[in-house]
Amino acid sequence: MAAQEHQHEHGSELSEVQLRVRALETVLTEKGYIDPAALDRIIETYETKVGPHNGARVVARAWSNPAFKQALLDDASKAVRGMGHESRVGDHLVAVENTLQVHNMVVCTLCSCYPWEVLGLPPVWYKSAPYRSRAVKDPRGVLADFGVKLPKETQIRVWDSTAETRFLVLPMRPQDTEGWSEERLVQLVTRDCMIGTGLPKKPEEIA
Amino acid sequence: MDGIHDMGGMDGFGKVVPEPNEPPFHAAWEGRVLALQRAMSYAGAWQIDMSRAAQERLPPQVYLTVSYYQRWELAMERNVIERGLADAGELAAGHAQGAGKPLKRKLTADNFLDSMTRGSFYRQAQAPARFKPGDRVRTRNIHPPTHTRLPRYARGRLGVVELVHGCHAFPDSVAIEKGDDPQWLYTVLFEGRELWGPDADPSVKVSIDAFEPYLEPA
Repeated sequence: MAAQEHQHEHGSELSEVQLRVRALETVLTEKGYIDPAALDRIIETYETKVGPHNGARVVARAWSNPAFKQALLDDASKAVRGMGHESRVGDHLVAVENTLQVHNMVVCTLCSCYPWEVLGLPPVWYKSAPYRSRAVKDPRGVLADFGVKLPKETQIRVWDSTAETRFLVLPMRPQDTEGWSEERLVQLVTRDCMIGTGLPKKPEEIA
Repeated sequence: MDGIHDMGGMDGFGKVVPEPNEPPFHAAWEGRVLALQRAMSYAGAWQIDMSRAAQERLPPQVYLTVSYYQRWELAMERNVIERGLADAGELAAGHAQGAGKPLKRKLTADNFLDSMTRGSFYRQAQAPARFKPGDRVRTRNIHPPTHTRLPRYARGRLGVVELVHGCHAFPDSVAIEKGDDPQWLYTVLFEGRELWGPDADPSVKVSIDAFEPYLEPA
Protein backbone atom coordinates (compact mmCIF):
# COMPACT_ATOMS: atom_id res chain seq x y z
CA MET A 1 0.00 0.00 0.00
CA ALA A 2 2.78 2.41 0.91
CA ALA A 3 4.63 1.73 -2.34
CA GLN A 4 1.45 2.16 -4.31
CA GLU A 5 0.69 5.51 -2.69
CA HIS A 6 4.26 6.56 -3.29
CA GLN A 7 3.79 6.03 -7.02
CA HIS A 8 0.54 7.92 -7.03
CA GLU A 9 1.92 10.90 -5.20
CA HIS A 10 5.01 11.45 -7.31
CA GLY A 11 8.07 11.60 -5.16
CA SER A 12 9.72 11.25 -1.82
CA GLU A 13 8.78 14.65 -0.42
CA LEU A 14 5.11 13.78 -0.38
CA SER A 15 5.75 10.34 0.95
CA GLU A 16 7.52 11.94 3.90
CA VAL A 17 4.36 13.99 4.50
CA GLN A 18 2.31 10.82 4.32
CA LEU A 19 4.53 9.19 6.91
CA ARG A 20 4.21 12.16 9.27
CA VAL A 21 0.45 12.23 8.92
CA ARG A 22 0.24 8.50 9.50
CA ALA A 23 2.48 8.76 12.56
CA LEU A 24 0.37 11.59 13.99
CA GLU A 25 -2.90 9.76 13.39
CA THR A 26 -1.53 6.53 14.87
CA VAL A 27 -0.23 8.21 18.00
CA LEU A 28 -3.45 10.17 18.58
CA THR A 29 -5.50 7.02 18.03
CA GLU A 30 -3.38 4.94 20.41
CA LYS A 31 -3.65 7.69 23.00
CA GLY A 32 -7.41 7.38 22.74
CA TYR A 33 -8.06 10.94 21.54
CA ILE A 34 -9.51 10.11 18.15
CA ASP A 35 -11.41 7.40 16.32
CA PRO A 36 -10.19 6.83 12.73
CA ALA A 37 -13.73 5.82 11.72
CA ALA A 38 -14.91 9.34 12.56
CA LEU A 39 -12.16 10.71 10.33
CA ASP A 40 -13.39 8.52 7.46
CA ARG A 41 -16.89 9.92 7.83
CA ILE A 42 -15.73 13.54 7.87
CA ILE A 43 -13.66 13.02 4.72
CA GLU A 44 -16.52 11.25 2.98
CA THR A 45 -18.90 14.08 3.87
CA TYR A 46 -16.58 16.70 2.39
CA GLU A 47 -15.98 14.59 -0.70
CA THR A 48 -19.61 13.84 -1.42
CA LYS A 49 -21.99 16.17 0.37
CA VAL A 50 -20.60 19.57 1.26
CA GLY A 51 -19.75 21.87 -1.58
CA PRO A 52 -20.69 24.96 -3.53
CA HIS A 53 -23.97 23.36 -4.54
CA ASN A 54 -25.15 24.24 -1.02
CA GLY A 55 -24.43 27.92 -1.57
CA ALA A 56 -25.84 27.77 -5.09
CA ARG A 57 -29.21 26.72 -3.66
CA VAL A 58 -29.11 29.68 -1.29
CA VAL A 59 -28.37 32.10 -4.14
CA ALA A 60 -30.96 30.65 -6.48
CA ARG A 61 -33.60 30.83 -3.78
CA ALA A 62 -32.72 34.45 -3.07
CA TRP A 63 -33.00 35.24 -6.78
CA SER A 64 -36.42 33.66 -7.07
CA ASN A 65 -37.95 34.48 -3.69
CA PRO A 66 -37.85 38.14 -2.55
CA ALA A 67 -38.90 37.29 1.02
CA PHE A 68 -36.07 34.77 1.32
CA LYS A 69 -33.62 37.25 -0.17
CA GLN A 70 -34.57 39.84 2.42
CA ALA A 71 -34.29 37.27 5.20
CA LEU A 72 -30.86 36.24 3.87
CA LEU A 73 -29.58 39.81 3.82
CA ASP A 74 -31.05 40.48 7.28
CA ASP A 75 -29.63 37.36 8.94
CA ALA A 76 -27.92 34.84 6.69
CA SER A 77 -27.20 32.36 9.50
CA LYS A 78 -30.87 32.12 10.32
CA ALA A 79 -32.05 32.06 6.70
CA VAL A 80 -29.61 29.31 5.67
CA ARG A 81 -30.04 27.19 8.79
CA GLY A 82 -33.38 25.86 7.60
CA MET A 83 -32.05 24.49 4.32
CA GLY A 84 -30.90 21.11 5.63
CA HIS A 85 -27.24 21.10 4.66
CA GLU A 86 -25.08 18.32 6.11
CA SER A 87 -22.56 20.91 7.17
CA ARG A 88 -24.73 23.21 9.21
CA VAL A 89 -24.10 26.89 9.30
CA GLY A 90 -23.14 28.36 12.66
CA ASP A 91 -24.01 31.80 13.93
CA HIS A 92 -21.79 34.03 11.88
CA LEU A 93 -22.73 33.99 8.22
CA VAL A 94 -23.30 37.32 6.45
CA ALA A 95 -24.61 37.61 2.88
CA VAL A 96 -23.45 40.63 0.89
CA GLU A 97 -25.31 41.69 -2.23
CA ASN A 98 -23.78 42.69 -5.54
CA THR A 99 -25.52 45.52 -7.36
CA LEU A 100 -24.81 47.61 -10.43
CA GLN A 101 -22.96 50.00 -8.10
CA VAL A 102 -21.03 47.61 -5.84
CA HIS A 103 -19.17 44.37 -6.47
CA ASN A 104 -18.21 42.37 -3.37
CA MET A 105 -15.16 40.11 -3.06
CA VAL A 106 -14.14 37.98 -0.08
CA VAL A 107 -10.64 37.11 1.15
CA CYS A 108 -8.84 36.09 4.31
CA THR A 109 -5.42 37.71 4.27
CA LEU A 110 -4.29 36.21 7.61
CA CYS A 111 -5.12 32.55 7.04
CA SER A 112 -7.81 31.21 4.73
CA CYS A 113 -11.17 31.71 6.45
CA TYR A 114 -13.96 30.66 4.12
CA PRO A 115 -17.68 29.87 4.46
CA TRP A 116 -17.19 26.09 4.38
CA GLU A 117 -20.78 25.37 5.31
CA VAL A 118 -22.12 26.89 2.13
CA LEU A 119 -19.15 26.60 -0.26
CA GLY A 120 -17.34 23.44 0.85
CA LEU A 121 -13.55 23.30 1.07
CA PRO A 122 -11.72 26.37 -0.22
CA PRO A 123 -9.88 25.98 -3.54
CA VAL A 124 -6.08 26.11 -3.49
CA TRP A 125 -5.98 29.55 -5.11
CA TYR A 126 -8.10 31.03 -2.30
CA LYS A 127 -5.51 29.79 0.21
CA SER A 128 -2.54 30.89 -1.87
CA ALA A 129 -0.18 33.79 -1.23
CA PRO A 130 -1.01 35.54 -4.54
CA TYR A 131 -4.70 35.81 -3.66
CA ARG A 132 -4.26 36.58 0.02
CA SER A 133 -1.69 39.30 -0.68
CA ARG A 134 -3.30 41.04 -3.64
CA ALA A 135 -7.06 40.86 -3.06
CA VAL A 136 -7.03 43.81 -0.65
CA LYS A 137 -4.61 45.97 -2.62
CA ASP A 138 -5.31 45.21 -6.27
CA PRO A 139 -8.72 43.56 -6.46
CA ARG A 140 -9.21 44.60 -10.08
CA GLY A 141 -5.92 42.93 -10.96
CA VAL A 142 -7.07 39.76 -9.19
CA LEU A 143 -10.38 39.88 -11.06
CA ALA A 144 -8.40 40.17 -14.30
CA ASP A 145 -6.60 36.92 -13.36
CA PHE A 146 -10.07 35.36 -13.39
CA GLY A 147 -10.96 37.00 -16.69
CA VAL A 148 -13.43 39.36 -15.02
CA LYS A 149 -13.52 43.01 -16.03
CA LEU A 150 -15.96 45.35 -14.32
CA PRO A 151 -16.89 48.91 -15.30
CA LYS A 152 -14.56 51.58 -13.90
CA GLU A 153 -17.45 53.17 -12.02
CA THR A 154 -18.32 49.98 -10.16
CA GLN A 155 -17.18 50.15 -6.56
CA ILE A 156 -15.12 47.14 -5.55
CA ARG A 157 -15.75 46.17 -1.97
CA VAL A 158 -13.32 43.67 -0.44
CA TRP A 159 -14.24 41.87 2.78
CA ASP A 160 -11.18 40.63 4.69
CA SER A 161 -12.42 37.80 6.93
CA THR A 162 -10.28 38.63 9.94
CA ALA A 163 -12.67 37.23 12.59
CA GLU A 164 -15.18 34.37 12.70
CA THR A 165 -17.73 36.14 10.53
CA ARG A 166 -18.02 34.44 7.14
CA PHE A 167 -19.19 36.17 4.00
CA LEU A 168 -21.23 34.84 1.10
CA VAL A 169 -21.56 37.01 -1.99
CA LEU A 170 -25.04 37.20 -3.45
CA PRO A 171 -24.36 37.88 -7.14
CA MET A 172 -26.71 39.74 -9.43
CA ARG A 173 -29.27 37.56 -11.14
CA PRO A 174 -28.30 37.15 -14.80
CA GLN A 175 -30.46 38.82 -17.40
CA ASP A 176 -32.93 36.87 -19.54
CA THR A 177 -33.82 34.47 -16.74
CA GLU A 178 -37.34 35.75 -16.11
CA GLY A 179 -39.66 32.98 -15.09
CA TRP A 180 -36.86 30.50 -14.42
CA SER A 181 -37.40 28.03 -11.60
CA GLU A 182 -35.07 27.84 -8.62
CA GLU A 183 -33.76 24.49 -9.90
CA ARG A 184 -32.84 26.02 -13.24
CA LEU A 185 -31.27 29.11 -11.68
CA VAL A 186 -29.00 26.91 -9.54
CA GLN A 187 -27.13 25.90 -12.68
CA LEU A 188 -26.00 29.49 -13.22
CA VAL A 189 -24.38 29.84 -9.81
CA THR A 190 -20.65 29.15 -9.70
CA ARG A 191 -18.44 28.86 -6.65
CA ASP A 192 -16.36 31.83 -7.73
CA CYS A 193 -19.37 34.11 -8.13
CA MET A 194 -20.18 33.47 -4.46
CA ILE A 195 -16.61 34.48 -3.48
CA GLY A 196 -16.73 37.49 -5.76
CA THR A 197 -13.94 36.48 -8.13
CA GLY A 198 -16.39 35.46 -10.80
CA LEU A 199 -19.79 36.25 -12.24
CA PRO A 200 -22.71 33.85 -12.61
CA LYS A 201 -23.01 31.97 -15.88
CA LYS A 202 -25.14 33.44 -18.61
CA PRO A 203 -28.24 31.50 -19.73
CA GLU A 204 -26.61 30.59 -23.05
CA GLU A 205 -23.69 28.94 -21.23
CA ILE A 206 -25.92 26.20 -19.85
CA ALA A 207 -28.24 25.84 -22.82
CA MET B 1 2.93 38.70 15.60
CA ASP B 2 4.28 40.43 12.53
CA GLY B 3 4.66 37.15 10.67
CA ILE B 4 4.72 35.97 7.09
CA HIS B 5 1.08 34.85 7.44
CA ASP B 6 0.01 38.52 7.47
CA MET B 7 0.15 38.83 3.69
CA GLY B 8 -2.37 41.54 2.86
CA GLY B 9 -0.78 44.05 0.47
CA MET B 10 2.51 42.25 -0.11
CA ASP B 11 3.86 42.30 -3.66
CA GLY B 12 5.72 39.69 -5.65
CA PHE B 13 3.66 36.53 -5.22
CA GLY B 14 2.46 36.64 -8.80
CA LYS B 15 -0.84 35.86 -10.44
CA VAL B 16 -3.72 33.93 -8.99
CA VAL B 17 -3.92 30.64 -10.85
CA PRO B 18 -7.27 28.84 -10.53
CA GLU B 19 -7.27 25.08 -11.10
CA PRO B 20 -10.10 23.82 -13.29
CA ASN B 21 -12.23 21.06 -11.75
CA GLU B 22 -10.25 21.03 -8.55
CA PRO B 23 -10.90 17.94 -6.40
CA PRO B 24 -11.80 18.33 -2.68
CA PHE B 25 -8.39 16.85 -1.78
CA HIS B 26 -5.27 16.44 -3.90
CA ALA B 27 -4.05 13.46 -1.89
CA ALA B 28 -5.60 11.15 0.67
CA TRP B 29 -3.38 12.49 3.48
CA GLU B 30 -4.90 15.97 3.09
CA GLY B 31 -8.28 14.62 4.09
CA ARG B 32 -6.75 12.82 7.09
CA VAL B 33 -5.16 16.10 8.22
CA LEU B 34 -8.39 18.03 7.93
CA ALA B 35 -10.35 15.35 9.78
CA LEU B 36 -7.67 14.99 12.48
CA GLN B 37 -7.86 18.70 13.14
CA ARG B 38 -11.64 18.50 13.32
CA ALA B 39 -11.58 15.54 15.72
CA MET B 40 -8.98 17.13 18.01
CA SER B 41 -10.92 20.40 18.12
CA TYR B 42 -14.08 18.50 18.98
CA ALA B 43 -12.18 16.74 21.75
CA GLY B 44 -11.29 20.14 23.19
CA ALA B 45 -7.55 19.65 22.65
CA TRP B 46 -7.16 23.23 21.45
CA GLN B 47 -9.18 26.10 19.97
CA ILE B 48 -9.01 27.42 16.44
CA ASP B 49 -6.88 30.46 17.30
CA MET B 50 -4.32 28.20 18.96
CA SER B 51 -4.14 26.35 15.68
CA ARG B 52 -3.73 29.58 13.72
CA ALA B 53 -1.11 30.82 16.18
CA ALA B 54 0.88 27.59 15.80
CA GLN B 55 0.93 28.06 12.02
CA GLU B 56 2.02 31.67 12.38
CA ARG B 57 4.97 30.56 14.48
CA LEU B 58 6.32 28.29 11.75
CA PRO B 59 9.55 29.70 10.32
CA PRO B 60 8.66 31.99 7.37
CA GLN B 61 10.66 29.90 4.91
CA VAL B 62 8.69 26.83 5.99
CA TYR B 63 5.34 28.66 5.93
CA LEU B 64 5.94 29.77 2.34
CA THR B 65 7.19 26.49 0.94
CA VAL B 66 4.86 23.87 2.38
CA SER B 67 1.27 23.38 1.30
CA TYR B 68 -1.83 24.47 3.20
CA TYR B 69 -2.53 21.06 4.73
CA GLN B 70 1.15 20.55 5.54
CA ARG B 71 0.95 23.75 7.58
CA TRP B 72 -2.04 22.33 9.41
CA GLU B 73 -0.15 19.13 10.08
CA LEU B 74 2.94 20.90 11.39
CA ALA B 75 0.76 23.14 13.57
CA MET B 76 -1.01 20.08 14.97
CA GLU B 77 2.28 18.42 15.84
CA ARG B 78 3.29 21.58 17.66
CA ASN B 79 0.02 21.80 19.57
CA VAL B 80 0.11 18.11 20.46
CA ILE B 81 3.63 18.43 21.86
CA GLU B 82 3.18 21.81 23.57
CA ARG B 83 -0.01 20.67 25.29
CA GLY B 84 1.60 17.45 26.49
CA LEU B 85 -0.83 15.28 24.52
CA ALA B 86 2.09 13.28 23.10
CA ASP B 87 5.81 13.89 22.97
CA ALA B 88 8.16 14.41 20.06
CA GLY B 89 9.64 10.95 20.54
CA GLU B 90 6.26 9.34 20.12
CA LEU B 91 5.52 11.31 16.96
CA ALA B 92 8.94 10.38 15.56
CA ALA B 93 8.42 6.72 16.42
CA GLY B 94 4.85 6.73 15.12
CA HIS B 95 3.53 5.00 18.24
CA ALA B 96 2.29 6.04 21.66
CA GLN B 97 4.47 5.01 24.55
CA GLY B 98 1.96 5.77 27.28
CA ALA B 99 -1.68 6.53 27.93
CA GLY B 100 -3.24 9.81 26.81
CA LYS B 101 -4.50 12.68 28.92
CA PRO B 102 -8.25 12.88 29.51
CA LEU B 103 -9.97 15.12 26.98
CA LYS B 104 -13.46 16.61 27.08
CA ARG B 105 -15.12 14.24 24.61
CA LYS B 106 -14.40 12.04 21.62
CA LEU B 107 -15.61 12.23 18.06
CA THR B 108 -16.90 8.90 16.72
CA ALA B 109 -18.51 7.64 13.54
CA ASP B 110 -21.88 8.00 15.29
CA ASN B 111 -21.57 11.59 16.45
CA PHE B 112 -19.26 12.97 13.74
CA LEU B 113 -22.03 15.21 12.37
CA ASP B 114 -21.75 17.26 15.56
CA SER B 115 -18.34 18.37 14.35
CA MET B 116 -19.81 19.53 11.04
CA THR B 117 -21.68 22.39 12.66
CA ARG B 118 -19.64 25.48 13.23
CA GLY B 119 -19.27 26.45 16.84
CA SER B 120 -20.60 29.77 18.04
CA PHE B 121 -18.12 32.46 18.98
CA TYR B 122 -20.71 34.67 20.68
CA ARG B 123 -19.93 35.39 24.32
CA GLN B 124 -21.68 37.32 27.06
CA ALA B 125 -20.85 41.02 26.78
CA GLN B 126 -18.89 42.47 29.70
CA ALA B 127 -19.81 46.08 28.78
CA PRO B 128 -21.98 47.92 26.26
CA ALA B 129 -20.60 48.32 22.73
CA ARG B 130 -18.42 51.40 22.48
CA PHE B 131 -19.14 52.04 18.80
CA LYS B 132 -22.16 52.00 16.52
CA PRO B 133 -22.54 51.96 12.73
CA GLY B 134 -21.39 55.23 11.20
CA ASP B 135 -18.83 56.00 13.90
CA ARG B 136 -15.40 57.09 12.71
CA VAL B 137 -12.63 55.04 14.24
CA ARG B 138 -8.89 54.69 13.96
CA THR B 139 -7.28 51.29 14.27
CA ARG B 140 -4.53 51.13 16.83
CA ASN B 141 -0.92 50.79 15.80
CA ILE B 142 -0.18 47.62 17.74
CA HIS B 143 2.47 44.97 17.17
CA PRO B 144 1.92 42.26 19.74
CA PRO B 145 4.52 39.47 19.52
CA THR B 146 1.66 37.00 19.95
CA HIS B 147 -1.44 36.15 17.90
CA THR B 148 -3.64 39.02 16.70
CA ARG B 149 -6.26 39.40 13.99
CA LEU B 150 -5.53 43.01 13.17
CA PRO B 151 -3.61 42.85 9.89
CA ARG B 152 -0.60 45.12 9.45
CA TYR B 153 -2.00 46.90 6.40
CA ALA B 154 -4.94 48.14 8.47
CA ARG B 155 -3.11 49.43 11.56
CA GLY B 156 -3.26 53.12 12.41
CA ARG B 157 -5.88 53.74 9.70
CA LEU B 158 -9.07 55.79 9.67
CA GLY B 159 -12.26 53.91 8.96
CA VAL B 160 -15.97 53.84 9.60
CA VAL B 161 -17.88 51.24 11.60
CA GLU B 162 -20.31 49.54 9.27
CA LEU B 163 -21.66 46.48 11.12
CA VAL B 164 -21.76 45.37 14.72
CA HIS B 165 -21.50 41.58 14.99
CA GLY B 166 -22.14 41.16 18.70
CA CYS B 167 -19.67 40.18 21.37
CA HIS B 168 -17.17 37.43 20.52
CA ALA B 169 -14.35 35.46 22.09
CA PHE B 170 -11.17 37.52 21.60
CA PRO B 171 -8.56 35.60 19.58
CA ASP B 172 -5.62 37.63 20.96
CA SER B 173 -6.51 36.37 24.42
CA VAL B 174 -7.63 32.85 23.56
CA ALA B 175 -4.41 32.09 21.69
CA ILE B 176 -2.26 32.83 24.73
CA GLU B 177 -4.38 30.81 27.16
CA LYS B 178 -5.87 33.87 28.82
CA GLY B 179 -9.47 32.88 28.25
CA ASP B 180 -12.24 34.26 26.07
CA ASP B 181 -12.02 37.90 27.26
CA PRO B 182 -15.19 38.69 25.21
CA GLN B 183 -15.03 41.77 22.98
CA TRP B 184 -17.40 43.52 20.62
CA LEU B 185 -16.73 42.80 16.97
CA TYR B 186 -17.25 45.32 14.17
CA THR B 187 -16.88 45.45 10.41
CA VAL B 188 -14.78 48.56 9.79
CA LEU B 189 -14.63 49.99 6.29
CA PHE B 190 -11.62 51.82 4.82
CA GLU B 191 -11.18 53.75 1.60
CA GLY B 192 -8.55 52.12 -0.58
CA ARG B 193 -6.58 55.38 -0.54
CA GLU B 194 -6.47 55.41 3.25
CA LEU B 195 -4.76 52.02 3.13
CA TRP B 196 -2.63 52.28 -0.01
CA GLY B 197 -2.03 55.96 -0.52
CA PRO B 198 -3.22 58.64 -2.93
CA ASP B 199 -2.35 56.66 -6.05
CA ALA B 200 -4.65 53.79 -5.12
CA ASP B 201 -7.72 52.91 -7.17
CA PRO B 202 -10.44 55.30 -5.90
CA SER B 203 -13.17 52.74 -6.57
CA VAL B 204 -11.84 50.26 -4.01
CA LYS B 205 -12.96 49.92 -0.40
CA VAL B 206 -11.75 47.28 2.01
CA SER B 207 -13.19 46.15 5.31
CA ILE B 208 -11.80 44.11 8.15
CA ASP B 209 -13.60 42.64 11.12
CA ALA B 210 -12.08 44.38 14.11
CA PHE B 211 -12.41 43.62 17.80
CA GLU B 212 -13.06 46.63 20.01
CA PRO B 213 -9.55 46.72 21.56
CA TYR B 214 -8.19 47.30 18.05
CA LEU B 215 -10.12 50.57 17.74
CA GLU B 216 -10.16 54.06 19.14
CA PRO B 217 -12.61 56.90 18.37
CA ALA B 218 -11.57 59.29 15.61
